[in-house]
Amino acid sequence: MGKVAFWQGNEALAMGALAAGCRFFGGYPITPSTEIAEKMAEELPKLDGRFIQMEDEISAIAATIGASIAGSKALTATSGPGFSLKQENLGLAYEAEIPIVVVDVMRGGPSTGLPTKAGQQDVMQARWGTHGDHGTIAYAPSSVEECYTMAIDAFNAAEKYRQPVLIMSDAEIGHMREKIEIPDPEDVRISSRKKPTVEMDKFVPYKADPEDDIPPMASFGDGYRWHVTGLTHNDWGFPTNNADEIEKKMTRLMRKIDRFRDDIVRYDTESVEDADILVVSYGSVARSSSRAVKDARARGMKVGHFRPVTLWPFPDKELEKLARKVKTIIVPELNCGQMVLEVERAVHGKSRVVPMELVNGDLFHPKDILEKISQEVR
Amino acid sequence: MPSKEVYSWLRTRFFPHMWCPGCGHGIIMHSLLRALVDLKKDQSNTVIASGIGCSSRMPGYIDACTLHTTHGRSLGFATGIKMVKPEMTVIDVMGDGDCSAIGGNHFIHACRRNIDITAIVMNNNIYGMTGGQASPTTPGGALATTAPYGAVDPTFDLCRLAEGAGATFVARSTIANPKQAEKYIVDGIKHKGFSVVEIISSCHTQFGRKNNRRTPISNIEFLKSATVTKEKAKDMSPEELYGRIVVGEFVNKTAPEYTEQYLAMTKKVREG
Repeated sequence: MGKVAFWQGNEALAMGALAAGCRFFGGYPITPSTEIAEKMAEELPKLDGRFIQMEDEISAIAATIGASIAGSKALTATSGPGFSLKQENLGLAYEAEIPIVVVDVMRGGPSTGLPTKAGQQDVMQARWGTHGDHGTIAYAPSSVEECYTMAIDAFNAAEKYRQPVLIMSDAEIGHMREKIEIPDPEDVRISSRKKPTVEMDKFVPYKADPEDDIPPMASFGDGYRWHVTGLTHNDWGFPTNNADEIEKKMTRLMRKIDRFRDDIVRYDTESVEDADILVVSYGSVARSSSRAVKDARARGMKVGHFRPVTLWPFPDKELEKLARKVKTIIVPELNCGQMVLEVERAVHGKSRVVPMELVNGDLFHPKDILEKISQEVR
Repeated sequence: MPSKEVYSWLRTRFFPHMWCPGCGHGIIMHSLLRALVDLKKDQSNTVIASGIGCSSRMPGYIDACTLHTTHGRSLGFATGIKMVKPEMTVIDVMGDGDCSAIGGNHFIHACRRNIDITAIVMNNNIYGMTGGQASPTTPGGALATTAPYGAVDPTFDLCRLAEGAGATFVARSTIANPKQAEKYIVDGIKHKGFSVVEIISSCHTQFGRKNNRRTPISNIEFLKSATVTKEKAKDMSPEELYGRIVVGEFVNKTAPEYTEQYLAMTKKVREG
């Protein structure tokens, strides 16, 4: 293990991104994500990286995508309203298959909502925020240390699968300070995008390798000339209205994530082996759930905790296996019942699903969840 | 016919292009390609970005590092590329609506930064691709599908807007004078800093059909008759200038360029 630090979640996220090789940040200030931009503004010049504060969240993600096209690992970070503004260009990055990482430090919504309070109201937006179909990869950190390690995971996934990857943090995780053990650089695995190896005149920019559905990506300026467009395109990257070419593109876009689903999906379990009751939660709420489960166990209740680490793809198969054994699943989240729908879809009636919603700006206290568990035991 | 050198910049694989026969944008594309040939630019180190609309389809036909982005946002993408690869020549082609309506904020901030990008605004005073809606440069009284009784909105003077926002090279030409357009593009690309070259284009299909300029030729003739040089315009009254197109080089000054400033700062940081 390497050095120990006492960092805030947002700070750890920025430092993790730098450790992953991120050398570009396109930003715009918005609470509660701004510390990420501030940290990047401070650190990137030291590493010959580039930081730019753009005129709005739309151009911030545009510059981030541009930087990635030019060969840089690139990050942008925002919060609710800014995440809404980024959606159109996020869609372009899905369609054009440009690797970037986007952080949404969630706050209470809708609209300006609760800028200084944690929320989990953007988790469905993460999946369906931009128009059109695409595969989604979205991580939800539960600790400051995870902010650091997930930034690395997110960059690795973005580079490997050639698409945007989201980190759905929240105000609580972003602003909390905790001890973090920084992994030694030699212990950190870094992935970088696959580059073309053919001559320029044989380069077909969107011709995917059959074994992984991912086309090698050339950077602007390294000798290859290609066309980037948000229009549905053929292997040449040129707009098409041909049904076969459209279907080929769309099928591959979905399949490149589907086929690696098991590699991408991550989740954590706690005391699930003999559990009759399961708490499913993610992000900052998972911390309260974990405490509540420990307290319930101390009182002799058979309860476990399941934490989706990737919200998307959702660990549905893994949860379904557990659902066969448990009677009740409690889903506490800081919204009006969003991921609970995904839980219901996954468990498919095999156990009773009980939502727990909290949208008054407060956090779940472990005793609230413990009380709910006790009710269900009775 | 384009010269052999110009021809080598074309992605003939993607032809025929999707512009209407007689569209002014083809003339601008030819001016741009001649400028790139004149400047002996390397295709693999030239970026051409665009937004959405008829204008935005141009990069697809050019064999360079090209990107066709979202409506109004191309300057953001171009800025990211330029920051990472400042050695590349970055050109951004945009339409009038693209540049000054949905992209207005990005446009003025790119001017303010004075980042070394050449913006070529292909101004045909209308939204062509969506079927002829009024844009921020549709002249007062002109007919459009969203201005069926004549446009009442005041217009932008894009060159004055660029100058006011801090662009360090600003010029205007028209498709009726492609050699002049080419010269300004050459000067704009050579200029270190944010350059705006507005080229008045024509859309006989969507603008001309409603405003009595139904043929490509009638548009060229109109542009020739409406054009006034900057020098001549100096001695004309506002009444005389009404409806006229003032062409010329309006701004050409030296100011710190954004990426150079940024890189100098980072170098200082690293060297302590």
